[in-house]
Amino acid sequence: MKKFNLSKTTKDNLWTYGIVLVIALITGILLLTGNLSSLMEGLLVPICSYVILAVSLNLTVGILGELSLGHAGFMCVGAFTSAFFSKLTENVITVDIVRFILAIIIGAAFAGLMGILIGMPVLRLKGDYLAIVTLAFGEIIKNVINVLYIGIDSKGIHFSMKDSMALGLEPDGKIIIKGAQGITGTPKDSSFLIGVILIFITLFIVLNLIHSRDGRAIMAIRDNLIAAESVGINITKYKMMAFSISAALAGVAGVLYAHNLNSLMATPKNFGYNMSIMILVYVVLGGIGNIKGSVIAAVVLTVLPEVLRGMNNYRMLIYAIVLIVIMLFSWSPKCLEWREVFMEKYIRPRFAKKTSEEGK
Amino acid sequence: MALLETKNLSISFGGLRAVDGFNIKIEQGQLYGLIGPNGAGKTTIFNLLTGVYRPSEGKIFLDGEDITGKKTIDINKAGVARTFQNIRLFKKLSVKDNVKVGLHNSYHYSTLCGIFRLPHYYKVEAQMNERAMELLKVFDLDGDAETTAENLPYGKQRKLEIARALATNPKLLLLDEPAAGMNPNETIELMNTIRFVRDKFQMTILLIEHDMKLVSGICEELTVLNFGKVLTQGKTGEVLNNPEVIKAYLGE
Ligand SMILES: Nc1ncnc2c1ncn2[C@@H]1O[C@H](COP(=O)(O)OP(=O)(O)OP(=O)(O)O)[C@@H](O)[C@H]1O
Ligand SMILES: [Mg+2]
Repeated sequence: MKKFNLSKTTKDNLWTYGIVLVIALITGILLLTGNLSSLMEGLLVPICSYVILAVSLNLTVGILGELSLGHAGFMCVGAFTSAFFSKLTENVITVDIVRFILAIIIGAAFAGLMGILIGMPVLRLKGDYLAIVTLAFGEIIKNVINVLYIGIDSKGIHFSMKDSMALGLEPDGKIIIKGAQGITGTPKDSSFLIGVILIFITLFIVLNLIHSRDGRAIMAIRDNLIAAESVGINITKYKMMAFSISAALAGVAGVLYAHNLNSLMATPKNFGYNMSIMILVYVVLGGIGNIKGSVIAAVVLTVLPEVLRGMNNYRMLIYAIVLIVIMLFSWSPKCLEWREVFMEKYIRPRFAKKTSEEGK
Repeated sequence: MALLETKNLSISFGGLRAVDGFNIKIEQGQLYGLIGPNGAGKTTIFNLLTGVYRPSEGKIFLDGEDITGKKTIDINKAGVARTFQNIRLFKKLSVKDNVKVGLHNSYHYSTLCGIFRLPHYYKVEAQMNERAMELLKVFDLDGDAETTAENLPYGKQRKLEIARALATNPKLLLLDEPAAGMNPNETIELMNTIRFVRDKFQMTILLIEHDMKLVSGICEELTVLNFGKVLTQGKTGEVLNNPEVIKAYLGE
C-alpha cells in the first residue's frame, strides 16, 4: 500500500540505529582529533561489548520474559574459546580480519551451544528456574577456567585441571590457557570500529527477529504462555531460540572483549556475578524489552562512573535500588499481579484525575 | 460422524470428581451450549478438550480422530481453538499482532528469512496482514489494529480473543463465557457475530454461557452440567423448560 509511510516499529528501529550511529560518529571524531582521555580511549571497546551484552540480555529478559543472572558466563565462553582459537592459529591464519571473523563465529557458536545445553532442561520447566541455573552456570564456568590448563606441542593438544607441569609438554610446546593467569598475548584484533560494526549486526539480528513471525511467538509466550500454547505455539522451541541467540550474541561480546586485552583472565570482576548483574542493570534501567534503552543505558552507565569517579562508592546502593526495580518490572505472574495492584492503587488514580481534568 | 464426541470423560482433583462421565456429540456446523451453575465443571471440560488437563478416564474424538491425551499445541493443530473465561491476550502486542500469532502455523518463513528480510518475508507478512485485517473486520476491530491489546475496552478484548482463536483455522471453536462482563447491547451484538462466524466459516461452536438470553437466542442444543455430571441434554427449548434444570439453577 502506502510504501513510504513508515510504520511505527520501522521508525523506532531507525531511531535505534541512528542513536548508535550518532554516538559512534561523535566518539570517532573525538578520538581522531585526540580529544579523548586515554582512560576513555581504553573504555571504547569494552563499552561496545557492554552494549552488545545489554541488547542480547534484553532478548532473554525483555522479549522472552525469562530472568538470566549468568549472562557474563556466556560472554566468558565466547571470550575464552575465541582467544584460544586466535592464539592457536595466530601463525597459521595471517590475515587478521579473516582470523577474527572466524574467532567471532567460534565464540558465538560455543556460547550459543552452551545456551542450548543449559536451556534444554531448564526452559522446559515452568517457573523462574532459569535465574538460578544461569547464576550457577556463570560462577561455575569462571571457576573451571581458573583451573584449566591447555597447552600444545608437536604431539597435539594437552589438557589438565591441575597445573601447567601436569600437561607434560615437550620442550617445544607452549601453554595457551594457564589456569588463573588465563590467556596472554591474544592478538589485538578488536577495535572501536569493529565494535561498532558488531553492535550494528547485533541490533540488526535482534530487532529483525523481534519484528518477525518468530519474534511474535516469543513475545506471545512472554505475555501469556497458556494462550500461546492454545494457538499452537511451540513453547520450548521458541524459548530455546530466544535464549540461544541471546547467549550466542553474548559470546560475540566476549570475543570483542577478549581480543582487546593482552591478558585475558576470568576474574569475578569481568566474568563473574557482578558483571552479569551490571548487564542486567543496564537492561532494567534502559527499560525491559526496550532495545534502544539498553544501548543508551550501557553507554551512559559505563561512561558516568568514569566521569564522576566518586560514583563508585554508591555502586552497591545502586544495585539495591535496581534490584527493587527489577522486582517491580519483572514479568513473573506474581510480580505482574503485584504491579497491577500497585498501579491500580497509586498510579492510575493520578492519571485518571489528570485526564478527567483535561477533558473538561 | 459427529465433529466432536466424548465418551465417559472424567477427571478428579484430589477427592473432587470435577467432571464425571461426560458424554457429548456435536455435529459439524452446530452451535452448542454448555451451561450449569458455578463450579459445575464447564471450564474443566474445556481444559480437558484442549489438553490442558489429561482425563483420568474417557476418550475425546475430533472428526473421528482420537485426540485424548494429546498436547495442547497438537490439539490446536488438529483443529480445536478456544477463548478463556479470564481473558488471556498477548497484552503488550498490538491487536493485529495478537491475531497474527494465531496465524503462526498457517503462514511460514524461516528464522533466517525473517532476520535477513528476504523477499519471502515481505510477501508472507503482507499475506498475514491481509488475513489478520479480514478477521479483525468480522469483529469490527479493524480500526483498533495498531492498539496495544491491554488498552482495549473489555468487550473488545473478548472479541479479539475470538478473532485470535479463529485465526488458527479451527474445526471447533470453544468459547468460555464470551459475553461475561458485557452490557446488554454488546451481548446482542456478540450474539449476531457468533452466528455470523458460524455461517461464514461453517464453524462448529461449543460455548459456555451464563447469560440465558444469549444461550436461548443462539444455541440449538444444550448440555446442562451440575456437580460434574450431565443433568440433561437436548434441544434448547426443551432443556430450558426441564424442571430439574430450573431447580439446579434456582436452587431450593
Ligand atoms: N486445577 C484444579 N485443581 C483443583 N480443583 C480444580 C481445578 N480446576 C477446577 N477445579 C475445581 O473443579 C470444579 C469445577 O471448576 P470449573 O472451573 O470447571 O467450574 P465452571 O463450571 O467453569 O464454573 P464457573 O461458572 O464459575 O466458571 C470447581 O470446584 C473447581 O474448584
Ligand atoms: Mg468456568
